[in-house]
Amino acid sequence: MRAYLLRRLFLLAFVFIALSLFAFSLAYLFPGNILNNLSGLHQISPEQAVQLSHYYQLDQSYFTQYIAYLQRIFSGDWGVSFSSQEPLLQEITHLTPATIELAGYALLISVFIGIPMGIVAAIKPEGILSKSISALAVTGYSMPIFWWGFLLIMIFSLGLGWLPTAGRINVLYEIPHQSGFILWDIYVADIPYKRDAFLNALQHLLLPTVVLSTFPTTVLLRFTRDSMLDVWQQNYIKTARAKGLNRGQVLYRHGLRNALLPVIRQIGLQFSTLVTLAMITEVIFSWPGLGHWLIDSIYQRNYPAIQAGLLMISTIVISANMSTDLLHTYFNPLARKQ
Amino acid sequence: MNLNQDLDINNNIKPAFSRIPAFSRIVVLSCVLLSCVFISACQPQLPEQFNSSIVYCTEGSPESFNPQLITSGTTIDAISLQLYDRLLDVDVNSGEIIPGLALSWQVSADGKEYLFTLRPGVEFHHTEYFSPSRPLQAQDVVFTFNRISDPDHPYHLQGAYPYFQSVEWSELVKRVSAVDSHTVKFELSQPNSSFLSTLSTDFSAILSAEYASQLLASDTPALIDSLPIGTGPFVFKEYQKDVLIRYYRHPKYWRGLAKPEQLVFDIVPNNARRMAKLFTHECDIIAYPRVAELKLVSKRADVDIQESTSMNVGFWAFNTQKPPFDNVKVRQALALAINREAIMQAVYYGHATAATSLLPPTSWAYDPNLVPTEYNPIAAKALLTEAGYGKGFSMNIWAMPVQRLYNPNAIKMAELIQADLAQVGINAKIISYEWNSFRRKLTNYEHDSVLIGWAADNPDPDNFFRPLLSCSAAITGTNRANWCDENFDQLINQAILTADQNQRRRFYWAAQQYISEQMPLVSLAHSQRFQALNTEVKGVTINPYGGISLANATKEKL
Repeated sequence: MRAYLLRRLFLLAFVFIALSLFAFSLAYLFPGNILNNLSGLHQISPEQAVQLSHYYQLDQSYFTQYIAYLQRIFSGDWGVSFSSQEPLLQEITHLTPATIELAGYALLISVFIGIPMGIVAAIKPEGILSKSISALAVTGYSMPIFWWGFLLIMIFSLGLGWLPTAGRINVLYEIPHQSGFILWDIYVADIPYKRDAFLNALQHLLLPTVVLSTFPTTVLLRFTRDSMLDVWQQNYIKTARAKGLNRGQVLYRHGLRNALLPVIRQIGLQFSTLVTLAMITEVIFSWPGLGHWLIDSIYQRNYPAIQAGLLMISTIVISANMSTDLLHTYFNPLARKQ
Repeated sequence: MNLNQDLDINNNIKPAFSRIPAFSRIVVLSCVLLSCVFISACQPQLPEQFNSSIVYCTEGSPESFNPQLITSGTTIDAISLQLYDRLLDVDVNSGEIIPGLALSWQVSADGKEYLFTLRPGVEFHHTEYFSPSRPLQAQDVVFTFNRISDPDHPYHLQGAYPYFQSVEWSELVKRVSAVDSHTVKFELSQPNSSFLSTLSTDFSAILSAEYASQLLASDTPALIDSLPIGTGPFVFKEYQKDVLIRYYRHPKYWRGLAKPEQLVFDIVPNNARRMAKLFTHECDIIAYPRVAELKLVSKRADVDIQESTSMNVGFWAFNTQKPPFDNVKVRQALALAINREAIMQAVYYGHATAATSLLPPTSWAYDPNLVPTEYNPIAAKALLTEAGYGKGFSMNIWAMPVQRLYNPNAIKMAELIQADLAQVGINAKIISYEWNSFRRKLTNYEHDSVLIGWAADNPDPDNFFRPLLSCSAAITGTNRANWCDENFDQLINQAILTADQNQRRRFYWAAQQYISEQMPLVSLAHSQRFQALNTEVKGVTINPYGGISLANATKEKL
């Protein structure tokens, strides 16, 4: 296990180095002046330019510049945003909780709906229930998220008037920013309308979460179903039955544990798709998160923000992938030997 | 055999599942949770304390919280009338200048000295970041205007007062001083009949000198433009960029409490989304509904459309310093070559009046004798031949990437013009950049011609001519035609030197005649201004002279 862990950590370190190299070189690859791209400042006077080139060590070799870049990243100096002239790290940390919140709830829904439905679908693969679940899964899997999101808005917001079209909470509720996680912030806020605010936030969460969870749910569903069908054909299941364990015990001890192992890994792999889809969902629902911000930055040609946003999002995705990988290995001793 | 085994196993699973309650529990639990949210979702009512709150959905983020520093209508709408007061106001109905923070004023016989008596007991905002110790005094007014004109002032920002630059404020105002605690004296270098109008615009907001000195003491002067303190009906609470601006009513407002307790500007740049939010009652009022959708929207029982003639003009300006546009015949030919009727229908959907002059017909200086340039490609062609361009030429048309009050769809308009120009042998290319770069490049005069416009800040006709076509505007960059003509400048300067309206009108008529001969730009249309609101919202009207005031907005449950 230790050797495996070390191997993984090395890989992780390598990926991060490659990522930071890429992010670093973006400042050179983007069109425009390198100083503007690095600092995010609009107008740089000649004296300032000298100061800044010294600060960014532009007169040194690329390697020294890269080391200086890493030092700045770790010390929290991510430059300032072109459009708002605010420190980027501050903007990013302010926005990230909103994205994590959305992606987190969506993942929860996928797990709590996708996996049980997958198991149900595996009961009788030829049955009508199983077939309809599979049909639903294929529909959900192949649905363009933009279309799906707007369809839901059209039905539930504009048609029925049940749910809001956009945002995290009705703008009239004044929720002080604490952690950035809206439900938590409402919980800790000192406001008279806590219950209403909470419900209102849930209403705002519902559509984006459903839209975002559609794809991962269907993937998990199909994966669980296949994995379950696969496991039930294994000899050890039959052995377990023969030993006299009752059906519940067989399913719980032998069936599920083995069937769900690959699913755990799949959840991790879904995370990167989830983050990508979260960006689109954020745009559809004007969700004030990292994805919405990054897409706006691309539109505004806000190079320092694109650079920082990419770094942040890739870090989140890589870390999530790596941790599910470790979790998978922890539960599955076989994987350590591979 | 295999198949049988499969079936066998599957048959075995079924009862096994029914005995495992954990999963069914999870499924049931998730369903219950979801339906809970759905059921709660069926009542999108807000708590009662929000009944007196208003959500105005605006189309963009403000650039600053100080109206002196900007000219954009979006920012003016969001901040100017909500946070600040001016010395003078404009009567929305008559267009006359009426007292604001100044109770009364006197003009010296030579028209060069103005004395304003301030209203006593006007309170500044009390916020988390500033507690005023005294009401409004003359020194606040002095601070406000000295900041603009005095380059040595600690708060002066070089080149940051676009409106005041366009009216040549620094050359006009020699000195602003406090005579006593409630009297302010303005000394002008020459008489100026539009001076009072300038003081009544949304840009002439009065700031607090006490707040400024407190910020200076804590070495954070820049905050004066981002954490605002004014005397207006609302107090600033929070701003989240691209998300919202939140105001609460000013408890000690001198005109009496504002009706909405809370006022939120929800920033929704997307037109369709703003409309959707109006339908779901997430917005009470929305800015600039799309003209193309007005018919559809007006069919809904829960939506009111307000319409008002607004002081604006959409035009097509030629860069008169560049050949062939330096040739007056070419400019006249271009004006003749375009089919204005088609533009009025396809771009404005009939919600605008065709322009014959820069001034809208509602202005007192409008010249009714002007006739619109006819659509006559044959005459255009003849003129081009006369000017030596019989074979035509290539040019570009810059079209704004954004919707503006005076031009809802510049790109479509450019396409129509492009087709018309092709008829007379001119090959036109349409160019559009992102809005900020567009304006920057325009100020550098990189264009051949541009479709843009102007919305007036005050009812004075000078507000159309000077910022758009004077020589000084050509230097500051607001003169999109890059046109500097001595005769024209003389006319508008003479007009402003006299206080007699009849005399002024004669000069302005001459100026309009001169423009229609010289054709540095083709005035196309004066658009109506629209806003859409929920029927339960009352007390909001469109101000034809600029920003929107929401102090009297109420919601009446139907």
